[in-house]
Amino acid sequence: MDVNTDLAMWSNQLIVSAMIVYAIAMIAYAFDLFGGRELKQSEVTSAESKPLSVRRTSRKTATAVLDAPDTATGGSDDTGSDDAASRHGAERARRAARVGTSLLVLAALLHVAAVLTRALSVMRVPWGNMMEYILTATAITVVVYLIVNIRKDVRYLGTFVAGGVLLSLGLSITVFYTPAAQLIPALQSYWIAIHVPIAILSTALLYISAILAVFQILKARYEDRAPKWLRFTKRLPASTDIERVSYTIAAVGFITWTFTLIAGAIWAEVAWSRYWGWDSKEIWTFVVWVVYAAYLHARATRGWGPTKVAVLNLIGIASVIFNFTVVNVYFNGLHSYSGL
Amino acid sequence: MDKSTATQPQLGFFGMCRWAWRQLTTMRVALILLLILALAAIPGSLLPQRIQDPGRVTRFLEDNGAWGQFLDTIQMFDVYSSIWFSSIYLLLMISLVGCVIPRSAQHWKAMRSAPPKAPRRLGRMPGYVAFTSATDSQEFLDTAQTRLRKLGYRTARHGDHVAAERGYLRETGNLVFHISLLVATLTMAIGSLFGYQGQRILIEGDTFTNSLVAYDSFEPGAYYDPDTLPDFRLTLDKFTSAFDADSPGAQFGQPRVFEAEVTTTVDGRSENHTLKVNEPVRVGGTGVYLTGNGYAPEVTVRDATGKVVQSGPTVFVPDGGPGYTSEGVIKVPDAAGTQMGFVGVFLPTATQNDKGELVSSFAELRNPYLVMSGYTGDLGLDSGVPQSVYTLEADSMTQMTDASGEPLVLELGVGQTQQLPNGGSVTFDGVKRYVAVDISQDPTQGLMLVSAICVLLGLGLSLFVPRRRMWVRVADGRVEVAALARGEDPMVERAAKDLAADLRDGGPASAEDSRTSTTGSRIASERD
Ligand code: HEM
Repeated sequence: MDVNTDLAMWSNQLIVSAMIVYAIAMIAYAFDLFGGRELKQSEVTSAESKPLSVRRTSRKTATAVLDAPDTATGGSDDTGSDDAASRHGAERARRAARVGTSLLVLAALLHVAAVLTRALSVMRVPWGNMMEYILTATAITVVVYLIVNIRKDVRYLGTFVAGGVLLSLGLSITVFYTPAAQLIPALQSYWIAIHVPIAILSTALLYISAILAVFQILKARYEDRAPKWLRFTKRLPASTDIERVSYTIAAVGFITWTFTLIAGAIWAEVAWSRYWGWDSKEIWTFVVWVVYAAYLHARATRGWGPTKVAVLNLIGIASVIFNFTVVNVYFNGLHSYSGL
Repeated sequence: MDKSTATQPQLGFFGMCRWAWRQLTTMRVALILLLILALAAIPGSLLPQRIQDPGRVTRFLEDNGAWGQFLDTIQMFDVYSSIWFSSIYLLLMISLVGCVIPRSAQHWKAMRSAPPKAPRRLGRMPGYVAFTSATDSQEFLDTAQTRLRKLGYRTARHGDHVAAERGYLRETGNLVFHISLLVATLTMAIGSLFGYQGQRILIEGDTFTNSLVAYDSFEPGAYYDPDTLPDFRLTLDKFTSAFDADSPGAQFGQPRVFEAEVTTTVDGRSENHTLKVNEPVRVGGTGVYLTGNGYAPEVTVRDATGKVVQSGPTVFVPDGGPGYTSEGVIKVPDAAGTQMGFVGVFLPTATQNDKGELVSSFAELRNPYLVMSGYTGDLGLDSGVPQSVYTLEADSMTQMTDASGEPLVLELGVGQTQQLPNGGSVTFDGVKRYVAVDISQDPTQGLMLVSAICVLLGLGLSLFVPRRRMWVRVADGRVEVAALARGEDPMVERAAKDLAADLRDGGPASAEDSRTSTTGSRIASERD
């Protein structure tokens, strides 16, 4: 029924190609992140001995270019410690990150092509079942990551962006694989073009915010006790800096999630005669929403340190993932579009 | 807190209340309540809920004995109307009110008072630029003030400096957000009291006249007045469906089209509509929603005298599988002699599987087949106990047998007739489609939509409008521009620099040029 099977097959091929490039990108990024041994001692000290207050100024050097030096090791115009040599060293040491980013851009192009061919094969939005949802959500995650990178160097996330995307794509073409086909009547509505892409965007934002939260926690621990196994976090910006980016992204994600919830409620009214009925999907969307509301409150509450707040962020992403996987597959509800 | 609790021997009742109120309205308690709310919502997704599927609750109770009883006692099957869940969100609402009222008052005052004076030492502000200027200081301040106004700041002159503030909308947004949230919660609670929800099954050709008796089930809110049911009629003219016959794997057999042609009649005026899953038909403030569909085999039953004692379509309920295998019961109370009943399955596309069993392999009518067993005896219709039309009390009846004494199996294709041992016969005439519709009314929906939109707008403002204070001070030809963020504001340094660059106007740069302060960026975002 109106399926261009050639295009659908192309899409599958493109997914696999993208996965291969993601895998290499992940390795390159991992070298950048964990292969910190060759980092020169001078840079390390310059990054560490810098007073915390300098952080904010250094941000401007990280603006606008993808390959700008890391915030922590990069320019610091007012401490005088940035001799050209050390900056040079930092640049060289991050060659792996540059390779990673270039590969990620290539993978993203293949990935977006996979999404487009899939969409064209059925001439409809590419998020009609779980496989397609993952396919598109991971593409958006990579795009969001690349966009954030233009404004602020967060390439230290690269390993986990590429890794997470790789893992998800792997699941999408195995466990969640669904052949290309038209939509079931329950999904034939213009609300699918409003509710779902924003849900996808939210998931991407909240995922990136969550990886940042992990780095924030690790870095904070390193700042605190400097355990050996966290030496790689030297390359990261200060934990308060990571926290701020994580928060900003989560705040945008929270707004889009709120929109998702409201749009979902409006769609539910159109489809099921009531805007809210505590269907299992509705329940978990609500749980996610409340957890992130708690996260935002915790941040403004005295007595809640940044690490505790970051843990709420992680609980948040855990419930987002639960909502997508377990609720879709195992809970029976009206919201069953998994295609499995 | 620990100290005060240790040394407060006599608070008295009102003291206690005030203490409790103050605790309840702190951010910390609001936060804990939020976390508890998230946790409390979860069991409703793990256990069957009466609002979703009362049948599953009953089955769960049957299967789980005392454990089920216990869960029922603590309202685990009615989580969202339970005392404990309600208490949590009510406490949260009270906390919210206690939080919003004083903040609104404060904000009201802040909006009507001038931006506060500059602190003595501006150098410690997160955004800070100093330079020298030969311009007359009053003139300079005039320019600065105009400039700031243009940038959307509210300004005030205080002696040697201009004070400016922007971003009041941030707090306004925050208050709008929290208040709309309150309104939304109340609306949700109230909406269910004044509306109703009903279900009805319509076979092609059936007409539904909106009145209480016409509903198969009807759940009014506590204050719903059934006399106010809007007057309309709705006829199901035709139902069309299409299923995927081309795609492989799990997509094979999935539905692709469900479309009901209906005619509505209001005040004698008739209109045709297409009712689809995501396109309800709205008549007289009521929505009619397509929620299900299935097959209704048309069967004619004759008794021993040859008289037609039953004819027409009977609703068979699909099992949820892709083949639309459907179960149903045909009751024949008026047969001569004894009453008859038939239980069976309808297979839209009957096929033999590997084990030789008849199954339905596709949802469309490719090889419709009806397989039934027959019973004679008392249907129990007169017992006064309400009966489901979908079940037969077969235990109190006798199963029909064929000549060899085996239980009789009726297997009928369309147009076929089979004789019954009692001399009657059963004919499978054809198949009609039926739809299940929800009919509901919720007068508060509009209000809900408005509050939801306000929630979203308020949230956007409260998270992304930068709230910022700026000061421009001129003393002895030395100009200082400083900016302080109140809340999250990544642009605070830039704001000071841009303004300074603007004001300097290409003037001669001094030695002190653009010393950007690097401390205190978080001062403002740390809440009291
Ligand atoms: C149903 C309960 C509540 C929900 C769902 C909720 C949700 C939210 C959300 C999503 C935000 C983020 C917007 C922002 O950060 O500006 C927020 C902010 C805020 N809420 Fe609530 N809230 C609730 C109750 C309360 C209560 C009871 C209080 C007072 C004790 C309160 C005080 C605040 C404050 C002060 C902010 C601003 C925090 C900031 O500036 O970062 N909220 N609320």
